[in-house]
Amino acid sequence: MTNVERHAYDVVVVGAGGAGLRAAIEARERGMRTAVICKSLFGKAHTVMAEGGIAASMGNVNEHDNWQVHFRDTMRGGKFLNHWRMAELHAKEAPDRVWELETWGALFDRTPDGRISQRNFGGHEYPRLAHVGDRTGLELIRTLQQKIVSLQQEDHAETGDYESRLKIFQECTVTRILKDDDRVCGIFGYVRESGRLFVIDAPAVVLATGGIGKSFKVTSNSWEYTGDGHALALLAGAPLINMEFIQFHPTGMVWPPSVKGILVTESVRGDGGVLRNSEGKRFMFGYIPDVFKEKYAQSEEEADGWYADPDRHRRPPELLPRDEVARAINSEVKAGRGTPHGGVFLDVSTRLPAEEIKRRLPSMHHQFKELADVDITAEAMEVGPTCHYMMGGVDVDPDTAAATGVPGLFAAGEVAGGMHGSNRLGGNSLSDLLVFGRRAGVFAAEYAAALAQVDRPAAGEEQIDAAAAEALRPFGTDEAGDAAPGSGGDGPGAAAENPYTLHQELQQVMNDLVGIIRRAPEMAKALEHLADLRERSRHALVEGHRQFNPGWHLAIDLRNMLLVSECVARAALERTESRGGHTRDDHPDMDRTWRKVNLVCELTPGAPEAGTAAVSLRRRPMDAIRPDLLALFERDELLKYLTDEELDA
Amino acid sequence: MSSYQAHFKVWRGDAEGGGLQDFQVEVNDGEVVLDIIHRLQATQASDLAVRWNCKAGKCGSCSAEVNGRPRLMCMTRMSVFSREETVTVTPMRTFPVIRDLVTDVSFNYTKAREVPSFVPPKGVPAGEYRMAQQDVERSQEFRKCIECFLCQDTCHVVRDHEENKPAFAGPRFLMRIAELDMHPLDAADETGVNRASSAQDDHGLGYCNITKCCTEVCPEGIHITDNALIPLKERAVDRKYDPLVWLGSKIRRRGQ
Amino acid sequence: MATGTTPTTPASEDRGVRSPGRAAIAAPHLRTDRWWVPPLVTAVGLGIFVVYATWRAFANSHYYAAPYISPFYSPCLASNCVDMKGGADWALFGSWWGLSPALLVLIFPLGFRLTCYYYRKAYYRGIWSSPPACAVAEPHAKYSGETRFPLILQNSHRYFFYLAVIVAGILTYDAVLGFRDAHGNWGHMGLGTLVLLANVALIWAYTVSCHSCRHVIGGKLRHFSKHPVRYRLWGWVGTLTARHMLLAWSSLISVGIADLYVYLVSSGAFDDPRFF
Repeated sequence: MTNVERHAYDVVVVGAGGAGLRAAIEARERGMRTAVICKSLFGKAHTVMAEGGIAASMGNVNEHDNWQVHFRDTMRGGKFLNHWRMAELHAKEAPDRVWELETWGALFDRTPDGRISQRNFGGHEYPRLAHVGDRTGLELIRTLQQKIVSLQQEDHAETGDYESRLKIFQECTVTRILKDDDRVCGIFGYVRESGRLFVIDAPAVVLATGGIGKSFKVTSNSWEYTGDGHALALLAGAPLINMEFIQFHPTGMVWPPSVKGILVTESVRGDGGVLRNSEGKRFMFGYIPDVFKEKYAQSEEEADGWYADPDRHRRPPELLPRDEVARAINSEVKAGRGTPHGGVFLDVSTRLPAEEIKRRLPSMHHQFKELADVDITAEAMEVGPTCHYMMGGVDVDPDTAAATGVPGLFAAGEVAGGMHGSNRLGGNSLSDLLVFGRRAGVFAAEYAAALAQVDRPAAGEEQIDAAAAEALRPFGTDEAGDAAPGSGGDGPGAAAENPYTLHQELQQVMNDLVGIIRRAPEMAKALEHLADLRERSRHALVEGHRQFNPGWHLAIDLRNMLLVSECVARAALERTESRGGHTRDDHPDMDRTWRKVNLVCELTPGAPEAGTAAVSLRRRPMDAIRPDLLALFERDELLKYLTDEELDA
Repeated sequence: MSSYQAHFKVWRGDAEGGGLQDFQVEVNDGEVVLDIIHRLQATQASDLAVRWNCKAGKCGSCSAEVNGRPRLMCMTRMSVFSREETVTVTPMRTFPVIRDLVTDVSFNYTKAREVPSFVPPKGVPAGEYRMAQQDVERSQEFRKCIECFLCQDTCHVVRDHEENKPAFAGPRFLMRIAELDMHPLDAADETGVNRASSAQDDHGLGYCNITKCCTEVCPEGIHITDNALIPLKERAVDRKYDPLVWLGSKIRRRGQ
Repeated sequence: MATGTTPTTPASEDRGVRSPGRAAIAAPHLRTDRWWVPPLVTAVGLGIFVVYATWRAFANSHYYAAPYISPFYSPCLASNCVDMKGGADWALFGSWWGLSPALLVLIFPLGFRLTCYYYRKAYYRGIWSSPPACAVAEPHAKYSGETRFPLILQNSHRYFFYLAVIVAGILTYDAVLGFRDAHGNWGHMGLGTLVLLANVALIWAYTVSCHSCRHVIGGKLRHFSKHPVRYRLWGWVGTLTARHMLLAWSSLISVGIADLYVYLVSSGAFDDPRFF
């Protein structure tokens, strides 16, 4: 029997970004004893990187905005592959979630009449993004963090213990969801700082772990984004959907190499920044797809008029949905019209006065000054696409955020799939976190409350022993792994592998073979590489001991990245069309019949075993969109997305 | 565009002890100190412990001391050092060390909990908050804080005097009090909490001798001393040391 | 009072950065730059001024060279001043005061500057070494900051600010008197007039840039939007406050130069060039 710490809570939230904290606040406010587990320090979650804003149709800047318009924009952005019910709930509830933040102390930028200011963003018909300069994510995370502290202060006043009802487990990683038969009964994890193993018994687990970007070489994501929640769900028996759809943000830094991929906010374009190639041409006018022809300006004059008078001008094509802009930049660079460092120019210096740039885009100004020694008020930035967001994720019930097939498991935020369809609009991520984070909290609390204490499932010793052995395997076969460095691989003769090397190879494979433009033979090759990497990762060995050992942490995260990468590659190979965040060179067009299909990834029973596929794929038809929601669109527009039978039904 | 071998000294060890360890390591054009630490991890010391997240100066995780100065490793470019210079990297020296470059920053989370939270105004429903831009700007500056805790690390009040830790909240959390005191809708006063005088009485504002190291190290360029600490001291004077105010409150108390 | 600017005294084994639990590093600091230069310059600069000002304040001579009055001796509050021909010559203290009249007035600017938020930083760092520089260990075993007597009196800064405004007003009056000739006739000007004008401009800029001034003008307000005029003033004062250090030093130097100028002219070492 493994010696592990054991705690008991009503609800465990895995992840302390926007969705996780929002879920935890809700569960605690509904009386549940709640634990939050975060991989980093409290308040450092990747949500802080969100810059642009929170999309919510409050109508503060343009009164014509309402949830229906937001819903339409979201569906269009996702190329109608979104789960319509999620898009509906999201559009309806986002304003309340933003306003609620103000009652917790958030300070958004204001309109002249004192309301929350809203800014323009790609794919949104009206100015819609509540923001704080270009550090909205930081404001969101800090507000939620401070709300949690405020709840803890209430608990302290009442019970004398800050953590009596809501506890944050900082710098801990969850490696397994524990189950009793079908139902969730807790989580297994380790404390990064000490290497101690622990179990939390809990009937309800909310996954809010974010995305998978660290499987790619060029990414805007932090080290935490190793697809943990995706993999935990898979391993617990829950399916993933839409894994082929990955958003490449069009504007990441391309130089210097060490910061390649770091995000350049879309607000730069929303506030007037334009894209030019090495010939000085505003090339986006040549890349407006037919489905968007009516909505976007055809000339520079018209586009420039839009910033001041959006009612009588069409918007500039720089503000097309992210997938379109990313592909356009990719094509320009491939055609030899790129910058010296392999990007294109994003110029705001000739468009706004220097003072205005510093006021509206302070962190971008700071970021380029500090990291690249570029003054964006005087010169153009060099930018290129970077892996940014995973549209796919855990298949959830739209209303309750409950994962399909695993009672007690919930998922919200980037780790959940469906909401954004094939492509997410900028600003819809933060609102997604709040809307579905809250919903996951509500329904996880309801689920946990409905189970009488005696009826609660608990994990058996066998399961815990297996999880412990798995977690300690990178130290070698010696199961305690306490201090001794690894002595050998799984089997005799297998060479020890360095987890850092494996990780770099994985990133290269995904970037080169399953990246922004995809081809069938390359993806087939990627799958072979992944199988090989999976086999080699079984021999990943680390030095040193368990206390704060990054090599060990990476070795554990590798399992998740490999599983998720395989889902991505398999789904991407299967979908023979181009749509949103999935672009096939060999199938460049969007196909209406593919719109009705979700690709569902599930763990192959018995996997992961060497040589066999760890995940298998099946097709699943999508629910028909509710008629009153369909009625929000013109039939002409729907014809581009929906088949004739669907329209006539 | 060239690479060279740099000489690094990195502190390795834990609470039991440790010391500076020498490394020769490759440095390429455009790299920052954190890149070099990562290279050490990947090639020479796979168990070298370091905290980091965003690598873009937005999360405040990779705080350490480079050549004795508190810095974010991701925002310290190698080009500021000469090629011959030895670069010494140590953990923050105000907090207990856990391992290598990782310190126990729980002091800060304890202090965060001691500051009374935002008190929403009574009778104003969500969605009805109205605040003018010029009224929120002061607090917005403080909310740029990424909680890297470099100001807490450099502040001599706790850096040089462990015994002051219980009484002193540190620049970051005194600034948090200033932020709330300047929040246009905070209703703490109505609950009987005066933030400025409690900063002086309960959070150790008086320990601050405004020597501005917090402002010097702030990677966000927040004017912690000029815009938060000194105004907070002045507000405390309003409440506590202004004889007219003091007399007024005496008389009012008599009258009750 | 420890006045060393380079605290070579090693911290005792188990305090400060060597407290138990912290990373075991013997050196009190690892800074490789010349961190000791700013506190040294501060200490030397302040030292020079203190020596000069002490000499001049006790000298009780050569502070008036018609029409110029040394800023060290204005206003004159004792009756033992030389006649200053319409200057701020109010013998409030009567004739019992036998010491230099400068001592009666200098306490006000001295108090203003001693409690000033910038000078506090300057002498805490440069003279008291608390701390000598950022992340450089300070040599003291105990530290209570401004929580106790006497340093709690630093909170009186705003009252010295009010007094400093009066003093600055009087110095302005003195500068205006500089537009007379030695006999009291108006419409004249000399190099000394410029010196006094420049000094009073810098004194005003320093006084107005004071943090307490910024607070009184608008900083104490919660809703700027309800006080548009004070908000605008607060903004202007804030721009000056950001240069408080620069103004503190330049006004310190200018006041010394203004006094020195009067001294030189009065003692006959220099002849004031008259423009008209």
